Amino acid sequence: MSHIPSDLKYTASHEWIRREADGTLTVGISDHAQEALGDLVFVELPEVGRTLAAGEACTVVESVKAASDVYAPVAGVVTAQNEAVKNSPELISQNAYDAWLFRLQPADAKAFDALLDAAAYAKEIG
Amino acid sequence: MLKKTALNLLHREASARMVDFGGWDMPIHYGSQIEEHHAVRRDVGMFDVSHMVVLDLKGDGARAFLRFALANDVEKLKTPGRALYSCLLRDDGHVLDDLIVYFIDESFFRIVVNAGTADKDAAWFKQLRAQHAPALTIHRRHDLGILAVQGPNARERVWQVLPETRAATAELKPFSAASVTCADTAFFIARTGYTGEDGFEIIAPHEAIVALWQKLSAVGVRPCGLGARDTLRLEAGMNLYGQDMDETVSPLESGLTWTVDFKDTARDFVGKAALLAQPPTRQLVGLLLLDSGGVLRAHQTVHTDHGDGEITSGTFSPTLSRAIALARVPSAVQEGDTVVVAVRDKQLKARVVKPPFAKQGKILIAV
Repeated sequence: MSHIPSDLKYTASHEWIRREADGTLTVGISDHAQEALGDLVFVELPEVGRTLAAGEACTVVESVKAASDVYAPVAGVVTAQNEAVKNSPELISQNAYDAWLFRLQPADAKAFDALLDAAAYAKEIG
Repeated sequence: MLKKTALNLLHREASARMVDFGGWDMPIHYGSQIEEHHAVRRDVGMFDVSHMVVLDLKGDGARAFLRFALANDVEKLKTPGRALYSCLLRDDGHVLDDLIVYFIDESFFRIVVNAGTADKDAAWFKQLRAQHAPALTIHRRHDLGILAVQGPNARERVWQVLPETRAATAELKPFSAASVTCADTAFFIARTGYTGEDGFEIIAPHEAIVALWQKLSAVGVRPCGLGARDTLRLEAGMNLYGQDMDETVSPLESGLTWTVDFKDTARDFVGKAALLAQPPTRQLVGLLLLDSGGVLRAHQTVHTDHGDGEITSGTFSPTLSRAIALARVPSAVQEGDTVVVAVRDKQLKARVVKPPFAKQGKILIAV
């Protein structure tokens, strides 16, 4: 059974999202997603400054088995990427909620509220 | 309904992630595919390969029949217990399957074939038998399972839990097997594998395979899934049927020329005329990714100075910490050439190398 922290928001495409004090959103992939992917060996992150539409494929994570896209949970502009996971993709397998991928300045601050909460995500992955 | 091996429940108890592998419910890994891979290169691991199929061929003329049915020449098998890797070809020279054949005695050869191809293989053997050797019997051994114990310490661990087998198997050379009976159970122990490491493949009744798995597990032998099996065989430069070769290609375009034996010109074999009539225009080579930017995967296009090719198997190599692949490319491509692979939206450089990439714990190409 995978871990789903209750203080985060989620998408049906298995991203987790945390709202920071400055209003930016930190994005990663859920424990359920990393478990399904298996050992991760490569991560490609969106460049800082890139404008993303909601649902746009913007990150690639590759495991030994396969490549998967990660999608922008809401529209916005990339403000940071996590260099640590680029160099050590296994950090995601070790703790998916520590190993964030990128930060986003949302175009619409309210978009965050429409994301899934932990209970809804748990239901989603059944 | 997926088919299950006798070890299914033990896989689940060991927290295996199970997948549908050609209709079989099989473990892909038990937590970390990479750690399982390293366990086999450095120490020992075990794989349930009971989905693979044992066909026992018996009767007078078994050798002559196999000299015709297989592309490799079983005439090489002089000593009982010796084994040979061969392709099973169609009349047009394309590959129906790859297999290992063991010479037990002149009227008994044991053949181990892939799971997904077993039905068509058995039908093909029976068709050939009807035409060429109707007195032979072909017995599919539903009663037997197969456990592969692989790694530098594999044999020691097997002897630790089955001490009675030590005397009969200590002197076995690679690609040789011995039959040993322990406490009324017949074990067929072969010094073969699909990892590029030393070890045994053990064929025995299902209940004996379950007991052996439990004993090996108790002495610290790590269960390994099909994921690690795939990265280990790819590093070792071994083909996977259905991926690196199939019914659309010849062994001469699949890196398997060494397994097609034309030496005895008097020997006819299925597919021989077709292979001789069509010289290969493509070859199977190894690729090492030079750029960062992704992982090599099957079906990616390979651009070379001599035309395009395609990756047949690709992965991240845990031993090299680099992406590696097998690719079918034009015959003019040379070892050492730099080629360009389309990885998603990028064009990444890779070097053509001669497999194996790694085996027996060592990296064998320049990285």
